[in-house]
Amino acid sequence: MSRTELLNAEPAVLGNRKPKNKFKKAIVLFVAPFGVLFLLFYLAPISYALYQSFLKVDRQGTFGKAQEVFGGFTQYIAVFQNGPFWESIGRVFLFGAVQVPVMLGLALLFALLLDSPLVRGKKFFRLAFFVPYAVPGVIAAIMWGFLYSPNLSPFTEVTSKINFLSADLVLWAMANVVTWVFVGYNMLIIYSSLLSIPTEIYEAARLDGAGQLRIALSIKIPLVTPAIVMTAIFSIIGTLQLLAEPQVFRTFSSAVNSTFTPNLAVLTTSSIPNIHLAAAMSVVLALTTFILSFAFLKFTHPKGN
Amino acid sequence: MLPRMGAMLIMAVFAFYFLIPIWWLFVSATKSKGDLTSTNPLWFSEFNFFENVGNVLTYRDGVFLRWIGNSLAYAGGGALIATVLAGMCGYALAKYSFRGRELIFNVILGGVLVPATALALPLFLMFSQINATNTFWAVFLPSIVSPFGVYLTRIYAGSSVPDELMEAARLDGASEVRTFFSVSVKLMFPALVTVFLFQFVAIWNNFFLPLIMLRDEANFPVTLGLYTWNSQINQIPELRMYVLVGALLSIIPLIVAFLFLQRFWRSGLGAGSVK
Repeated sequence: MSRTELLNAEPAVLGNRKPKNKFKKAIVLFVAPFGVLFLLFYLAPISYALYQSFLKVDRQGTFGKAQEVFGGFTQYIAVFQNGPFWESIGRVFLFGAVQVPVMLGLALLFALLLDSPLVRGKKFFRLAFFVPYAVPGVIAAIMWGFLYSPNLSPFTEVTSKINFLSADLVLWAMANVVTWVFVGYNMLIIYSSLLSIPTEIYEAARLDGAGQLRIALSIKIPLVTPAIVMTAIFSIIGTLQLLAEPQVFRTFSSAVNSTFTPNLAVLTTSSIPNIHLAAAMSVVLALTTFILSFAFLKFTHPKGN
Repeated sequence: MLPRMGAMLIMAVFAFYFLIPIWWLFVSATKSKGDLTSTNPLWFSEFNFFENVGNVLTYRDGVFLRWIGNSLAYAGGGALIATVLAGMCGYALAKYSFRGRELIFNVILGGVLVPATALALPLFLMFSQINATNTFWAVFLPSIVSPFGVYLTRIYAGSSVPDELMEAARLDGASEVRTFFSVSVKLMFPALVTVFLFQFVAIWNNFFLPLIMLRDEANFPVTLGLYTWNSQINQIPELRMYVLVGALLSIIPLIVAFLFLQRFWRSGLGAGSVK
C-alpha cells in the first residue's frame, strides 16, 4: 500500500461520521500544489507591488543616505500627474477601440464562412489563418518591421509612397501586426463554438425559408456570443499590456518613444530606477485591466456567470 | 453561385495576407546577404539556406542553439508542470464539494484577468530580494502557474468525468489520487492538451519577464535572444541575415507542436467559452 492509499484509507473508514471531509486529504493534495504556487507567484507579487507603491525614497540632505519610508499616496499622486503615462493609456485605448473590433469582426466572419457550405478547402484555410499564432509577438514585430522598411520590403511600391513607421501610422502598423498574429486564434475559438451547436437547430429555420445569412445573423451569432465575449476579454487584456511590438518597433522607428505604451512606461520608469513609481504604475495598470475586463463581462452577461 | 465566389474570394485574399510574410521569411532565409536586397523578395535566387543555417548555429559559439534549448526547457517543462498542477486543482474544484471551494475558484478566476506582464515587475523585485534574478528559475517558476488552466480543466472535468465512474473506481479500491491519474486524466485529455499547448505558447512568446529578469544571455529564451540581435543590426549588419534565419527556425517548433497535437486540442478549445 502506498502512502497516499494509507492516507485515504482512514477517511473512508470514518466516512460515516463526517461525510463532508471524506476526501479531505485528496482535496488538499490536489489543490495545494497549485494553491501554493498561485500564492507565491500571483498573490505575493500583487501584494508586494502594492506594498512598494506606498513607499518612497527619503534622503537626509542632498547627499544623505537614501532610505525607504512610508509615503502614503505619494506615488499614486505622481502617477496621476505623469503626463506620458496617461498619454500611453490613451494611445492603447485608441488602439484597442479600433483593433479589437476589427480583429474580432474578421475572426467572426472567417468562422462563419468556415462553418458555411460556401467554402471549399476548409482544412487549408483553417491552418493558413492560424499559422501566424505560432509566431511569437517579438518575432512577428521584427518580421513586419522588415516588411515595412522601404529597402527590404517586398512591397516597395507601397512602402516607398507610404511610411508605415512614421509618427502618424506606426500605431496602426502595430495594430496590423497584432491582428495578423491573433485573428486565426480568435477565429478558431469562435469556430469550435459554432461546431458545438447541434445542427437540428437550423432545421426549423431552413423550413421557414431562412437563408445562410439569416441563420448566421439570427441563430449562430447569438449562440456563439459567450465565445466572442471571452476572446474580447483576452483582447482587452492584451491591448493594455502591449510591450513586445512597441519595444521592437523602437529599433525601426524613431516615432516610438520610451513611454509609447503603459508597459513600456513601467519598464522605463523601473530602469531609471524609480521602483516605487513603477510599482504604482503597475498597480494602476493591472486595476484598469481588471476593471475593464470585469465590466465588459458583466455588461455582456448581466445575469452573472 | 455569387455568394460562393464572394466567400472564396474573401478566404483567398486573407490566406494571402496571413501567409505572405511567412513565405517572404522563408525565401529570405535562403538567400545570400547580397541577394537579400538586390533580388525579388518573394522569389528565390541562389539557394544558400543550409549555409545560412550553419552560420546562425555556429555564430558566437552556438548561442542560438542554446537559446532554442532554453526556450524548449522554459516552455516544454513549464507547460508540462503547469498542466499537471492546473489539472489536479481544476479537477478537485469540479468533482469534490468542500468549504471555500467557490472562494478559491473565484480568486483563481480573478487571476485569469490579471495580465502576466503586470506581475513581471513585482516578481523581479521579489527575486532581487533573494538575489535570484538572472537565473533560469526566475523565468521558469512563475511560468508553471496557469489560472486559465484551472478554469478550463474545472469546466471540462465537470462535464466529462462522471461521478459514477469515480464511485466505481472507489469500489474497486482505487485511491482518489490513483483514480485521477489512471481514469480521470484520460477523460480530461483534450482539455489537458489544450492547457499544455496554450501555456507552451504563452511561455514561448513571453517577453517581458525574461527581458526584465535576465542579464546573462546564456539564460535567454530565443525570443529575447533574437530581439537583442535585432537591436544590434546597426552596429553589426550581418546580424540582419541571422535574425531572419533565426526567426524562421524559432517558429518551426511551435508549428510542429500544433500540427502534432491538433486533433486533441481542437476539441478542448471550445470548452472554455461554453459558460
